[in-house]
Order: sequence, then structure tokens, then C-alpha cells
Amino acid sequence: MVPKSDLPQGTLDLLILKIVALGPVHGYAIALRLQRVSGDVVQVPQGSLYPALHRLENRGLLAAEWKATETGREAKFYRLTEKGRGELEAETASWKRLTDAITLILRLAEGEAA
Amino acid sequence: MSWWKRLLRRRQMDEELEKELWFHIEQYTDDLVANGHDREQARRQARVALGGPEQLKEDCRDARGTRWAEDLWQDFRYSLRTLRQRPGFAAIALLTLALGTGATTVMFTVINSVLLKPLPYPQPDRLVTIWAKTGNFGESWSLAYPDFIDIRNSLRSMQQLAGWSYNGGGTVTEPGEPAWLIGREISSNLFAVLGISVERGRPFLPDEDRPGGAPVAIISHGLWMSRFGGSADAIGQRLVFDGKPRTVVGITPPGFQLAGEEDVFTPLAQDTAPRMNNREASFMPVLGRLRDGATLAQTQTELMGIGSNLAAQYPKSNTDRSFLVYPAQQQIVRNVRSTLWLLLGAVGMVLLMACVNVASLLLARAVSRERELALRVALGAGRGRLVRQCLTESALLSVCGGCLGLLIAAFGMRPFVALWPDGLPRGEEVRLDWHVLAFALAVSLLSGVLFGLAPALRAPAADLEQTLRAGARSVTGGSRRLHSIFVGAQIALAVVLLVSAGLLGRAMLRLSTVDPGIDVHNVLEARAAISPATLSDPAGTRAAWLDFLDRAKHVPGVRTAALTDIVPLRAGINGLDYWASPDMPPLNRRYIALATCATPDLLNVMGIPLRRGRFFDEHDRLGGEPVIVIDDSLARRAFKDADPVGKELWVPDLAPGPVRVIGVVGHVRNFGLAGDDEAPIRDELYYPFAQVPDGLMRLFSGFMSIVVRTNIPPMNERDALQKAVRGSTGDQVLYEASTMEQLAGASLARQRFLLVLFGVFAGLALVLACIGIYGVLAYLTSQRVPEIGVRMALGASGTNVMGMVLRQSLGIIAAGAVIGASAAIAAGRVLQRLVSGVHAGDPLTIGAMIAFLVIAALAASFVPARRASRVDPMSALRQD
Repeated sequence: MVPKSDLPQGTLDLLILKIVALGPVHGYAIALRLQRVSGDVVQVPQGSLYPALHRLENRGLLAAEWKATETGREAKFYRLTEKGRGELEAETASWKRLTDAITLILRLAEGEAA
Repeated sequence: MSWWKRLLRRRQMDEELEKELWFHIEQYTDDLVANGHDREQARRQARVALGGPEQLKEDCRDARGTRWAEDLWQDFRYSLRTLRQRPGFAAIALLTLALGTGATTVMFTVINSVLLKPLPYPQPDRLVTIWAKTGNFGESWSLAYPDFIDIRNSLRSMQQLAGWSYNGGGTVTEPGEPAWLIGREISSNLFAVLGISVERGRPFLPDEDRPGGAPVAIISHGLWMSRFGGSADAIGQRLVFDGKPRTVVGITPPGFQLAGEEDVFTPLAQDTAPRMNNREASFMPVLGRLRDGATLAQTQTELMGIGSNLAAQYPKSNTDRSFLVYPAQQQIVRNVRSTLWLLLGAVGMVLLMACVNVASLLLARAVSRERELALRVALGAGRGRLVRQCLTESALLSVCGGCLGLLIAAFGMRPFVALWPDGLPRGEEVRLDWHVLAFALAVSLLSGVLFGLAPALRAPAADLEQTLRAGARSVTGGSRRLHSIFVGAQIALAVVLLVSAGLLGRAMLRLSTVDPGIDVHNVLEARAAISPATLSDPAGTRAAWLDFLDRAKHVPGVRTAALTDIVPLRAGINGLDYWASPDMPPLNRRYIALATCATPDLLNVMGIPLRRGRFFDEHDRLGGEPVIVIDDSLARRAFKDADPVGKELWVPDLAPGPVRVIGVVGHVRNFGLAGDDEAPIRDELYYPFAQVPDGLMRLFSGFMSIVVRTNIPPMNERDALQKAVRGSTGDQVLYEASTMEQLAGASLARQRFLLVLFGVFAGLALVLACIGIYGVLAYLTSQRVPEIGVRMALGASGTNVMGMVLRQSLGIIAAGAVIGASAAIAAGRVLQRLVSGVHAGDPLTIGAMIAFLVIAALAASFVPARRASRVDPMSALRQD
């Protein structure tokens, strides 16, 4: 069994959008980059990556096309659409607001304790 | 990719998904190998990291958002297969549903076309009618001409107001054979108010719509075809109508009608009859078109003001008279509204029974499929998925049934409309349209959900392993209870319909034995018209009528004959106010009697019994003392217990002074066998034709009918009579002839029509209820075979077992009958309010109908009970 994702609800989509925003990329590369970038902190099971990718594609946030990779195999490359870029910005902003608020609360609590 | 593309390119998407995942695994494996892993080991690790491939693919498919449609298609094919496996079940279910939706759709089609659809005129919501309301007559759609003129001149919220008159038939003598034609006098702007144009020619000009205007006429499309052969040069030709040559100026569009079929239209204001100046003579329906922006409420307020002004100005005639405005559509269908809704209700009940029947059939199947369903759950099917599958099956059934029903409606609505007594208003407009399609679809889907839900919700859930472990032949209590509820509901619905039909039948029986107050056998009645040439001088008119009567009396086979303006049981009303002393109260508080003008032989022709005194004879004539004969109803009201003969009555419309009562006759049920008890006017008086004043002679000539008592079947006399009365000028005619027996029958037409329909519905309900109870019991007992086997092995006799099954069914039937009886009493009250002659409190009928149903239902349960009693215990026990 693959362990369940420890990511907060909805953040997987945000991470995928962010990675794809850097340039067209296929599913395996996204998986690798997710693993590498997040180090050991966040565990993303590979199994939940593809349903998420397909969902984003169907919502029109990602577009895909088949292209040959450097190894010669055909792979499905995802890129961000205009709609996806807008979504990424909105999601990023709201994520920032949320974390700022949480950070603030945590500091406050420390201050009170001190 | 759009949703549709994703749905349609399912296979391509699956292939791409496969390829994408394969790429992932290959790439991962390569990377692991490059890091020094063994290839086989690496591939394995890559696969494990990705997770179960089928699960992953399913998740990806779910992400497409087309899953439900794919499932639907799968369920649909599955349902089709299961239905095909059991064609008998499918056929019965479909037939039941088709009949239910078909009948309901027919009724809705009629309601839609007649009650709901706007009138076929431009801006139909602006069309209104104006009614007069008086203290003693209630509301009626007729105004006095002077009132109409005053309203037209002062009503601001009305763009245009047009009137027309019922009375205006006449004999056409040229072109063609002399014949009676129905005419209408209309305002010149009537077509403009309706917003339509004439088919050919032009409408009347305002200048023609005044006394002494040019003699013009508009003819109907039908008359144009029959008398002018549809030729284009009919416009401008001569038409001699009622003795007066007129020029045809227009032809109405085909199908145009004001009230029934009309042939000749003449300008209203050209009429010079005294009633045109009489505020007490209400004879004119009024149609108007509201000004843009004006509302009904505004118009009503304005009319109230006009009404009270007129009342102040003309207290003699207009006291207590107010005017009401109604949407035109409401008026036109006023009389059929309640009947239509009543029938829709009854048909709805039949549909409900059909649904319950199919539901119990489906439920029985669901129960016997319980283990299959449990197995599916065990294999991972979600409960929602199973419910959806069951619902798909019932939706398939119901939509197919609905389509068949629509077919029934398409073919059934015309015969139904044709069956309507006295012709359904707007009946020619009845047709299928998208409203009806939507209705049929909604009804069938709704019924599908209704009968599919109970079986669907039985899809196994919690006690999965129990179900799997249980024997195939066990019935859980839940299903038995549901089945009982179904049967009970059917019995209850059937009771309502049977009792309604019973009450109608009882009313019909009672009414057909009611004494109409006349002897209806061997009497012919017909409207009559004398030669238009004689109408110019009153004495000549009177003489012509007596000559007409004399000719009729001499026809072989005629025993006696009389002239009269009111024929009993035929629509016709002439209400006169009267009082028993000279100090008369205001108009609205006086008594009103139905006044009949007749020649002396009327009593003999009609067989009306003379109670006291005498009827008139040839000595009662103009110049002598004015005399009347009254019926016992009037006698009671005016004179209580005193002997009325020789007393005086004051009837201002007959004579300025008192009139002498010379006799009392029996009451005649003029307003129909059923309707007379509720008629607003019940008192009757008769006055001699020979005393009709000169000034009214011409008007009366338009109303006269001849009634004839014959020795031979009355209809056989018609042609001989017609020939005899034709007269020296050859232009005197009889029309609309019928026998009194026919009129008596027609006065019960509505009751008979409802009885036939309710009889059919009740019959259907009875059959459905019997099928329902038979099916359910057969099913329940077949499920209980092992149990019965045990009982019998332990010593129960066949009779015991039969008693057990019958007791079970009797319990269900009794519960249904009790609930149904209370609903039936409520339904009976509705019937009593809507159909004259029906009495709701009729315990005998209610009891008899319920007993009938219970016996039929018990008979239906007898077969399964007997089968149960013949169970062979050995084989029953071995079965499971």
C-alpha cells in the first residue's frame, strides 16, 4: 500500500500548477520534481498524481500534448493554460494569506506565553 | 477537450492513459537501473510506487467527469436485457403504464387546449367580457343595450367595446331554397376587438352600425360555400334574410364562431326592436379589449362607478345591478372547467393505481433478486450505484409506457372531445403540443420514480451477510409489509373510484325516474318561423301564426298542437317579476317567474296536469281581461294555502294593471330533470298568445316553437309537418326539431357522460386492484411454500392453510377499504357540488360498492390461497 498524502487538502493541485508553470513537463518529471523540491518533508504518492493531473486538464487549467522525450519515448507533456495561470495566481495568493494568518496566530501565542 | 468529446472518445482516452502510465513506469525503471538496480527489481519497485494499476485507472477515469453517463448507458443496456428476459412482465407493466399515462395525457391535452392555452386571437390576455350582476338573477353574461352604450361611452380603460346579440335568426329566401339560418347582430368593431379580419370583403363600417344604416350582411364561411358555392363574386350579392334584402359585404374566416354556429351577421344598431331601448331587457354579451397598460382591477373599479351612477340615474331598472369584468377566456370555458379538473383527478387516480401495480411487480422481482444484489455489494458495488440501476430500469419502463401513452392520447383525444355533451368549447383547438409532450414525459418519469423507488431502496446494505446466508425462499418482513401497503393503497383508490361511479349511477337512476311534470312520449317540438312578409303588421302576424298552427293540426297523425315560446327542458328563459299586491317593492326584491306564452292546447300536448280552475281558451283574447295560469310552485309562494283561482297578480311586463289567475297547473321541470331543483327561477306562469300586445308581436315571432302530440313516432311526423306549414308563400319553416324524449335525455347528458367515464375508470380500477392483489398474494404465498410445507407436515389441513392466506388478504383489503371509504366520502362531496343530482350521503351505494370491491378482491385472492392449500409438504420441504 502506498501511504496517503500528508498534504493539506487541495494543495496538491497548487503544487502541480506551480511546477507545470515552469515549462512543459510530463507526469514522471512532475513526480520527480515534487519529490526533489519538497525533500523529505512532503510525501506525494505517485498514484494520486495522475488523477489530479487529469482533473486539472479537464477543468481546462492544464493542456497536454504528446511529444518525444530526450530518451526517444513518447510522453504526455502538460503546460499551463491562461486559465491555469489565473488559477495559480489566485490559489497562491490565498495560500499566502492563509499561511500569513496562521503564522501570525502562532507568533501571538508565543508572545503571550512569554 | 469538451465533456462530450471525453464521453465519445472513451477508448482513445483509455489508450492514452495506458501509454502515459507505461511511460512513467519505464522512465522510473530506467532511472533506478541507472542508479545500479537490477532491471526486474527496478520495474517491480516502479510499479509498487505507482500503486494498483486498475485502481489508478479508475481514479483517472473518474477525474474525467463522464462517469455517470457511462454508468447510465451500462445500466440502460442491463435493464433492457433483464426486461427482454421476462417479456410477460414487461408487457403487463408497459400496458398498465400506457393506459395510465395515456388516459391522463388525453385529459391534460384537453385541459391544456381548452383551459390553459390563450385564445387564438392577438394579445388574448387583453380580451375581456363584461357581465351584469343583479340581486335576483346572479351573474349573467348579458347586458341591456342602453347600459352597453353608456358603458362604452364612459369606460376609459377599454380600448374598444363590442356587443352582439343572440336573438337574430331568420329565414333566408334568396339565393336558394328557403331555410332558417342562425343570425347574430354584431357591433361594427367586433372583428377589431377580436383582432382578426374577415376572410374576404370588409367588416361593417361604423356608419352602417346605426338605425337606418345601409342594409348589409357578413356571412359565414360555411354559408358562403353552401349558398354561393365559394365564388369570389359573392361579395356585393343580394341575400334576402328575414324578408329584408341585404348586400353581402364580408365573409368570416373558416371556424369563426361567437356561440355555436352562426351563418349571417348584421349590424347591431340597425335593430329597431323595443328591447334596444329597454334597460330591463338584458340580452347582449359584450366583448372588449383593454387599453395598453390598463388592468382588470382598474377596469373593475371604473365599472363599479359606472354601475352606481346608472343605478342612481335609472333606479327603476338599475337598482342593485352592477357590472363585472372577466378575462374572455375564463368566460368561454366557464362551464367545463370543473368537469375537466374532476376527470383529471379521476384519471390521475387510475394512473396512481397503475404505478402501484408496477411497483409491486418490481418489488417482487427486487426481493427475489436480493441475493444477486447482495453479491454485487460484496464485490464492491456502491449502494448508490445499485439504487441508480434499479431506478434506470423503472425509468426505462415508464418512459416506454409514456411513449405508448402518448400514442394512445394522440388517437384518443378526438373521440373523447366528440363524446363531450353539447360540444366542448374550443374543442376544435384540442391538439398535442410541446406542453403535452412535456407533461407526458414528466408524468411518466415521475411515475417511474414513484414505482421504482420502493424496490430500489431495498437494495441491500447493512445486513449483507444475512441476506447472502438466507435461503432463496425467505421473505423478510419488510417486503411483506411494503407489499401489503401497496395492495391496501390500490384498494383504497379503487374504493374512491367505484364509489364515485356508484354515486353517479345512483343519481342517474333516480333522475331518470323523476317526473318531469310533462308526458314526454309522442311529442315533437320544433322552432318555427312564419313568412317574413307577414311580420310588418301585428294583426297579420297573429293571424299568420294561427294559420300556421291550424295547418299543423290538420296533418294526419297529429292529435293536437300548440304554439309556445318556452319548451320545457330546452334551454330558454323569460323571467318576469311579479307580486301578489299592487304595492310592489323595488325590482330586486320582487318574485320572478318563468313566463310561457302559449296557445290553449299546450296542456293537452304536454300532458301537464290541471290542478284547479281552467286553462285559457279561444275566448281569452286581446281586449278582454288579461288572464294567466300559474303552477303550484308559484301558487304556494304567492297565495300560501289560499285558492288562487280568481285572485289577482301584478306582472308589470304583461299588463299595467292586475292580471287574473284563472287556473293552477302542475310544476314542470323546465330546467332539466337534474337542474330544476337548483334553478334560480322555479315559479312558472302561462299567458295566452292571443293576448300578446301588438308592439311585442314581431319580437315574439322570433321565439315561437310548435309542439305537437302525435299518434305515431314523433320524428316520423317531422317531414309531413314541414310540408304542411310551408304556407301559401312557401317560405315558412321548422328547424331544430326534436322529440321531448330526446330533450329529457339531453338534460341528463352531463351526468351520463360523467357516469360513462367514471364507469370506465372504476372498471379499470377494479381490474387493476384485482390484478394487484392476485399478483402480490401469489408472490407472497409462493415465497412461503416451505413454511406452508412445515405447517402441513405438522398437521395443518388444506383448509387451515387456505384460511390463513385468505385472512391475510382480508386484513389488507379491509384496511384499504376503510381508508378508501373516508376518501370516497370526501370525493362524493366534491361530486355533489359539481354535478347536480348527486347526493354524497348515500350509505347504501357506498356500502354496496365497497362490498362489491371486497368480494372481487377476495375472489382474486382465492386462486393463490387454493394453490397454497394444495402444497405437497414433502416436495415443499425438499425444495430448499
